[in-house]
Amino acid sequence: MNTLTDAWDWLADSAHWAGEEGIGHRLLEHLVLTVVCLAVSCLIALPVALVLGHLGKGGALAVNISNIGRAVPTFAVLVLLLLTPVGRWGEGPTVVALVLFAVPPLLTNAYVGMREVDRDIVRAARGMGMTGPQVLVRVELPLALPMVLNGVRIAAVQLVATATIAALAGGGGLGRIITAGFNLASTPQVVAGAVLVAGFALVVEAVFEVAERLAPRWARGTR
Amino acid sequence: MTAPPDDCLARNEWICGEYLSTRRHILLDAVLQHLQLTAVSVLIGLALALPLAVLARRWGWAAAPVLAGTTILYTIPSLAMFSLLLPVYGLSAGLVVAGLVLYSLTLLVRNILAGLRAVPEETRQAARGMGYGPIRLLLAVELPLALPAAMAGLRIAMVSAISLVTVGAIVGHGGLGNLIYAGMNTYFKAQVLTASVLCVVIAIAADLLLLAVQRLLTPWTRAARA
Repeated sequence: MNTLTDAWDWLADSAHWAGEEGIGHRLLEHLVLTVVCLAVSCLIALPVALVLGHLGKGGALAVNISNIGRAVPTFAVLVLLLLTPVGRWGEGPTVVALVLFAVPPLLTNAYVGMREVDRDIVRAARGMGMTGPQVLVRVELPLALPMVLNGVRIAAVQLVATATIAALAGGGGLGRIITAGFNLASTPQVVAGAVLVAGFALVVEAVFEVAERLAPRWARGTR
Repeated sequence: MTAPPDDCLARNEWICGEYLSTRRHILLDAVLQHLQLTAVSVLIGLALALPLAVLARRWGWAAAPVLAGTTILYTIPSLAMFSLLLPVYGLSAGLVVAGLVLYSLTLLVRNILAGLRAVPEETRQAARGMGYGPIRLLLAVELPLALPAAMAGLRIAMVSAISLVTVGAIVGHGGLGNLIYAGMNTYFKAQVLTASVLCVVIAIAADLLLLAVQRLLTPWTRAARA
């Protein structure tokens, strides 16, 4: 229990909050990385998944890409990117790796959501004279929304975890507090950093949980 | 004075046959450590997940806290999980195993519970009608029927664990992750690429192996599909 009080003391020390290496700046870095990369990943993955799901094509790819994403170690991708020319642009490797690992869950969930829409409803919409894009936007997308949002939630949690590992390969974010703690052999700092990261991840998860509770009934998941 | 050798190691190329032949033992040791850490963690995870899932199935009130607890564990990023365990385990292989056990626990409990819940009530009643006691019902009827879902969870847990072992490099027990970490610090491209590719190969091989085991254990699912 002594380590916990030491970690608490480390967190309570205002000197650790200020400056470039401070908790405040690292927290902001982590938040910006997560939010920006989530937006970029959604812009890349969702249009592709929605159109593929609407057309019913490329299913094998969309479903298997999640499994492939799971088999590839985040840390390995980060280091490989660091050693390529991408590694020279500061946060380049971190951003690319974050997007790479957020895209698979988005793609798979949105695709499966689109395909799970009752075919009778789609046929009825077509029979009413709706065009392809109208069916996609007005019928399929609203019905697939719970699955799509579940994918966004999984992607967000994945982003927080990947941004943390990025610290091992020199990226910014809260993980840097942990790696710096390891380099200083300071267990209180390592534990304090870990508590911050875990807290951040749980807050992200909680935000989605609350958003889901507040959402209108049709947008809610059936989990 | 001899001229420096002009092979792919000296040129620091990504793909290097020379690296494979000269560092064979280092690679083999890293692969073995990787497999050991993964296998031990997933087996302990399985040993803990099975009773938890059965208990959560038996007593409905236990399901919600068990699922919520494991979900919270799964949300914590791997680097933070290993760091939180540092005061308990120190810089040891036990730390990596403990972290991986917690992750596989989540995936396994969820999937085994889903499998047990999917057993049709009629099947259960039929078994009871034939005089099966609760233990025999569990072992001879419920668990075999939950096997496909449990195996799906086991495959996900195994593949995730193989990928997460690499993060253990932070405490020096990361199997192939150690080679990646060392290669990053020295800009040794061949080592980073070789170790990364081996990680993915191990993950795919483990997945296919478990798939084969699943097909052997559940011949009835194949018959139903044909």
